[in-house]
Amino acid sequence: MKAIWNETKEYDLTSGKYVKIWQGPQHPGVTGNMSLELLLEGDEIKWLKTHVGYLHRGFEKLMERRKFINCFPIVCRICVPEPDTNEYLFAAATEELAGIEIPERAKWIRALNLEMARLGATIMGLGGQSGSFGLGTIGQWAVAHRDFLLDSFEELTGGRIYHMYIIPGGVRYDLPEGFEGRLEKTLVKIEKLISDIDKVLFNNAVFKSRAKGLGIIPKDWIEPFGITGSTARGSGVNYDVRKDHPYLIYDQLDFEPNVGTDGDVYARTEVRREEALLSIRLIRQILARMPKVGPVRTRIPDIMHWKIPAGETYVKAESGRGEYGYYMVTDGTEYPRRVHVKGASYTHAMALLEKLAEGVTNADIFGLMVSLQTCPPEIER
Amino acid sequence: MEEMIERIKLKFNAKDINRQKATLVFFSVEKKDLEACVLYMKEFEGYSNLTMISATDWIETGTFGLTYHLHNYKNRTDVGIKTYIDRKNPSMVSINTLWAGARVFERELKEMFGIDFPGCPRVDDPFALEGWDNLPPMRKDFDTVKYSEETYFPRPGRSTKDNVTQMEEKLYAVEAEVKKGIAKTVRKNK
Repeated sequence: MKAIWNETKEYDLTSGKYVKIWQGPQHPGVTGNMSLELLLEGDEIKWLKTHVGYLHRGFEKLMERRKFINCFPIVCRICVPEPDTNEYLFAAATEELAGIEIPERAKWIRALNLEMARLGATIMGLGGQSGSFGLGTIGQWAVAHRDFLLDSFEELTGGRIYHMYIIPGGVRYDLPEGFEGRLEKTLVKIEKLISDIDKVLFNNAVFKSRAKGLGIIPKDWIEPFGITGSTARGSGVNYDVRKDHPYLIYDQLDFEPNVGTDGDVYARTEVRREEALLSIRLIRQILARMPKVGPVRTRIPDIMHWKIPAGETYVKAESGRGEYGYYMVTDGTEYPRRVHVKGASYTHAMALLEKLAEGVTNADIFGLMVSLQTCPPEIER
Repeated sequence: MEEMIERIKLKFNAKDINRQKATLVFFSVEKKDLEACVLYMKEFEGYSNLTMISATDWIETGTFGLTYHLHNYKNRTDVGIKTYIDRKNPSMVSINTLWAGARVFERELKEMFGIDFPGCPRVDDPFALEGWDNLPPMRKDFDTVKYSEETYFPRPGRSTKDNVTQMEEKLYAVEAEVKKGIAKTVRKNK
């Protein structure tokens, strides 16, 4: 059986024909610290190697030495723009292994929290995508509008970036009074932002000419590379964990994931634009349908001496960048035996980017990298 | 799913079957059967997506547990195929020809646990830790506290329990002087 991945060809670096340059680890884009080693012939990339490790803090190892509740300040730091997915998955895995059922209202609030985080990450991703093609103004707009969402997060959870709001047994607090109205105002602002982005990004001749046809992912690459999320949906694969494996209350919401056809950077950006609008619709649905009163937390054992029975599980959720998964093994002690995090962009940034970069020009590599939604902290954990 | 479990039991003598959820099952097979089992699941049972490869260090029994997580898009189920390999000389057959993405997982396992995957391209390239010459760090016998004490010298002030004022006067006298000077000027101008 022939693998899709081409072997790295040998190039004579002393011939004077090629030049090797490093892009990163400090990037002008929004992806974070990741380094790309490029071999160029003229302006064309012959091969690319991704180097990670600049953000390695050994989260998985740290978790093995901490009690379950002490892991929450760690897991949220695995993904900066969207920490809530990690909190939810860690909580869901511990609850599943400990046999805890959470109250109905807590499920709705968790879903609300996850969708708010998705929305923030998606609009920041849109800004990053346009910034990588030299349209920096949209990036400024996007980050400013994300800040309005961070205000809502601060009101709801007490934290702006890292929330630690979802805990085993439910969520920390109930919604503040009048929160729905204030969140709705932010949603209206973000809708306006997206209509502005339509005018200046999707109708922009420069963006169209550069993004169309760049980094095309054929449909039959999805499985060999394990591509998920909007990257897969941009290539026409309709796979969304919220729809296919409904968790929390997603089976009670009406929505249909957006699917593109072309599989290039333009299609992926369009899918992300639709996803931002979908998150807004879902937040409105959740606020309208959630039970208005009820407990938001269930009683759990003494958290500092909480022994979870031996077992293992794999839980997953749809983050803004694709399928996120947590594999947790417990051995009946107060500490997790092993926690393995499957970041959404794990294979995107390593295997897929190295494959797609062949033949791309040096100027377009950032646009391609951002379109795959790479996130270094979740690669190296 | 029940039928699939029966077939796996017959074909590969699957043990430790754990129906964790309606859509998730874990089972373990012998090391020699693993590649055939993974290939069978991919080609005949529709588990065409490799989600990830995880390793767990079972230092008490002297083994590493490897778990191959596969996903089926059609019936929307997941399986975790487990196998146990010897901890002293850990080596496992590579599945990089079945999934291109497996190369990244195998490369990480080589670095973090020291499990070798002969035949996997670039498996010896460093993943996140360039220039690492110690025990693979995700192993249970790697002592993180000892490593950090040996590698990084203790920062001054960390070990003492002095209060802030004493810290300023003893350790950062120049900075404290500047700070006091600024405060004095501000007071004067008021």
